[in-house]
Amino acid sequence: MLICALIALIAVATLSVAVGTRSIGLGTVWQVLWHDDGSVAADIVHRIRIPRTLLGIGVGSALGLAGALMQALTRNPLAEPGLLGVNLGASTAVVAAIAFFGVTSLSGYVWFAFAGAAMTAAVVFALGGAGRASTPERQVLAGISVTAVLGAFVWAVLVTKPEAFNRYRYWDVGSLADRDAGTLTRVAPFLVVGIVLALSLGRRLNALGLGDEAAAALGAHPHRIRALGVLAITLLCGAATAATGPIWFLGLAVPYVARLLTGPDHRWVLAYSVVLGPSVLLLADVVGRVVVAPSELQVGVVTAFVGAPIFLALCRRRRLGQL
Amino acid sequence: MTGVVRSERPASARRLVVRRGPVALRLRVRTLVVGVVLTVAAIAIAMVSLASGDFPVPLGDVLRALAGQGDAGAEFIVVTLRLPRVLVALLVGAALAASGAVFQSLTRNPLGSPDFIGLTTGASTGALLVILILDERGLPVAVGAMVGCVATSVAVYLLAFQRGTNAFRLILMGIGVSALLESANSFLLVRARLSDALAAQVWLIGSVGGRSFTDVALVGIPLAVVLPVLLVLARQLSMLNLGDETAALNGVPVERSRVALALSAVVLAATATAAAGPVAFVALAAPHLATRLTRAPGPGILPAAAMGAVLMVAGDWLAQRVLPTRDVPVGVVTAALGGAYLTWLLAREWRRGRALG
Amino acid sequence: MDGRLWARELTLAYDERVVARDLSVRIADGSFTVIVGPNACGKSTLLKTLARVLKPRAGTVHLDGEPISSYASRHVARQIGMLPQSPVVPNGIVVEDLVSRGRFAHQRLLRQWSVADETVVVEAMRMTEVLDLADRFVEELSGGQRQRVWLAMVLAQETGILLLDEPTTFLDLAHQFEVLDLCADLHEQGRTIVAVLHDLNQACRYATELVVMRDGALVAQGPPAQVITPALVEQVFGMPCRVMDDPETGTPMVVPASRSRRREPLLGQFIDRTT
Repeated sequence: MLICALIALIAVATLSVAVGTRSIGLGTVWQVLWHDDGSVAADIVHRIRIPRTLLGIGVGSALGLAGALMQALTRNPLAEPGLLGVNLGASTAVVAAIAFFGVTSLSGYVWFAFAGAAMTAAVVFALGGAGRASTPERQVLAGISVTAVLGAFVWAVLVTKPEAFNRYRYWDVGSLADRDAGTLTRVAPFLVVGIVLALSLGRRLNALGLGDEAAAALGAHPHRIRALGVLAITLLCGAATAATGPIWFLGLAVPYVARLLTGPDHRWVLAYSVVLGPSVLLLADVVGRVVVAPSELQVGVVTAFVGAPIFLALCRRRRLGQL
Repeated sequence: MTGVVRSERPASARRLVVRRGPVALRLRVRTLVVGVVLTVAAIAIAMVSLASGDFPVPLGDVLRALAGQGDAGAEFIVVTLRLPRVLVALLVGAALAASGAVFQSLTRNPLGSPDFIGLTTGASTGALLVILILDERGLPVAVGAMVGCVATSVAVYLLAFQRGTNAFRLILMGIGVSALLESANSFLLVRARLSDALAAQVWLIGSVGGRSFTDVALVGIPLAVVLPVLLVLARQLSMLNLGDETAALNGVPVERSRVALALSAVVLAATATAAAGPVAFVALAAPHLATRLTRAPGPGILPAAAMGAVLMVAGDWLAQRVLPTRDVPVGVVTAALGGAYLTWLLAREWRRGRALG
Repeated sequence: MDGRLWARELTLAYDERVVARDLSVRIADGSFTVIVGPNACGKSTLLKTLARVLKPRAGTVHLDGEPISSYASRHVARQIGMLPQSPVVPNGIVVEDLVSRGRFAHQRLLRQWSVADETVVVEAMRMTEVLDLADRFVEELSGGQRQRVWLAMVLAQETGILLLDEPTTFLDLAHQFEVLDLCADLHEQGRTIVAVLHDLNQACRYATELVVMRDGALVAQGPPAQVITPALVEQVFGMPCRVMDDPETGTPMVVPASRSRRREPLLGQFIDRTT
């Protein structure tokens, strides 16, 4: 099954390289893939589409994995980095970096993104109630309230700094376009560490799923697992958001599909998320490139328009507890 | 027979019983006092706001101008320039707070505010469509906001409706729809010219600057109509706080009351957002603060409205003083104060070790 | 059928799960009816349907000769009061406030606190012995005290029929009997009481009429002395037992079989007969 998912990923990745706003014949694509002959087509494929595809793979895995982790840590099938405000926390920190500290380079504000993501995760966790008092619905609500605060703060800052606003509005929509090859190389280390850390937590997350007391009885340390998990989420979300801007709902839909395919064992859910995440993201990106050609629909918009209905359908199906 | 029922009760529970003719009412003394004090405070701050600015007008002249007996200069400044703004602030604050109080009660959750359940985002989308696609400013934007707000509420309600409404399936649906619309808003902003986007952005933060008497009527008339309706429904609301089952057992027509209350709250939120844009946190914080003052077991609609008016008009006055050169929109101040309040609320619940609500 | 409250051919269901089919029950006026049965036999569902909280899939509940659904909810609230199982307590409400809310069905917009309202509320609090807790916050009370406050609220509704779903939950032994004694007092004052109890012996002591259910069907109805037999208890509860007269009250008392008798029914009987 995992092999199928991998094959699907490769297929989608190929699609991503082959399809775009400027149509290039498949034969040509194949040719220039191996021989960079300096033609326009080669330029597009090598300088734009391949980096874009690779970035999509990196960010897609990161967000899918972060969503799966978040759902496991909070025992909340509705959790995802966007809804719980973690993405916006990272964005807000980036805005602050751009507007107040004059930081303009990606490698500079990646650290801000981390700080923002970590603080927001902590705040949402506390606000939504920890341990026995927390319910999924409360956490989502807490996430939205934090998003509201941060969103208001961001707007307040941008009101007073129009230059920052102009730069920010393009970033806010979540896009794989207009990112140079350097972007991926700069965030790659963080993504890799985050992915490895997340995957290693698989078995311990299974224990955590039984409840804190049961997990402790089994020898797992709930607090340590949570700390490591939050660290992984921070690395993944921070790096991803710094690179592409906030992308919603990917972290919600991907683990859900992974669970449908493989059941509740977290080791497999995480593994599938790593592979499915990029497939979904790249697919959304391709759709965005094709649907309104010759212009483009940003990937963040596509994931929102597809992801939100999925979220709503999920909510209707769930047996809702009390808020 | 009228009397104040005194006893060894704690101050919060002292009651005023009024029995005369067909009327038999029991009112909490503290709630009454708080309501009156807040209303007076709102009016006082409004007066200060009318008197101050680039051209300070002495208080006496302000009163004369309001009465129609001032000189032309003072009248122009006070009545034509400043009065609409101050009135809009008062009325929008009251409307948002009342709407927030009703929603928090209906959802039985202190975070169940129109800000968070998609209504204001829907209003923003409506307004953005008008500003960026139809390229209009002024009243059409307000209409767009209202339509957006109402359309979103209907959509959220229909999505949440499943053999009767569940209090917070509504919130979750609102969150989902809100996220979708936020993305749409970002997208619209990206597609627009920078000048249009900046204009839209100013509207999106919430502001009462440059408002006219049309805006006053826009929010004032619905408020005048809906507020008495809410007062009539207040008893049903307090029964619904006991849970749907208990309310039904006591004879409350649960679904009907809820729809009527929700509709009223939506109308208030829609018209308030139409007049001033989506001002952050007034709908959330005002009912909370009012309840802390009245120590009543639930957000009372009138004290909340009075508190909302105070917050808005004080926030606007503050916003005009914060930066010496620029006019900061009131939404910035409410966002900052709201953020601080939320953080404090969080810290308090942390210490109590209890989850919110 | 006569009597104020009765149900005919009810089909009760939760979502897809059918809990009872063709259930007909008559509540005798002025009786203290107790519904008993094993878990998930539908007793709570039946009670809620009688209170109009749940709608039956089929069949009707009749109140005073008309289908209960034809009345305005305020009217029903003045005839039938029910103690719900897990009610919501708003933050910061004091006992007297909560009890007063039970008067909703009798109040109008401008008549919110008549002399009658005040008298009834005070009396309700006195009967449930929560008068001295009047100014306390409900959320600070113990489970037992809270139960009595809710009971006071239902009493404030001033209804002729009282439905109680497991009113002894959360209460220690002494308080359980206090609540049941209170119900008996209310019964003697002329009210019709319908309660769901899980303790069969308590049911036998207090009930004038028992309704025994199993798997959504009515197995027996009548005075405890007639209805409770070892055969019935074994059939409905799956528990071999002896039935004797309660030494205090003379009502039937169910004594479950000993461990040995339950494990080795024949051998156990042999042992018992020889001792």
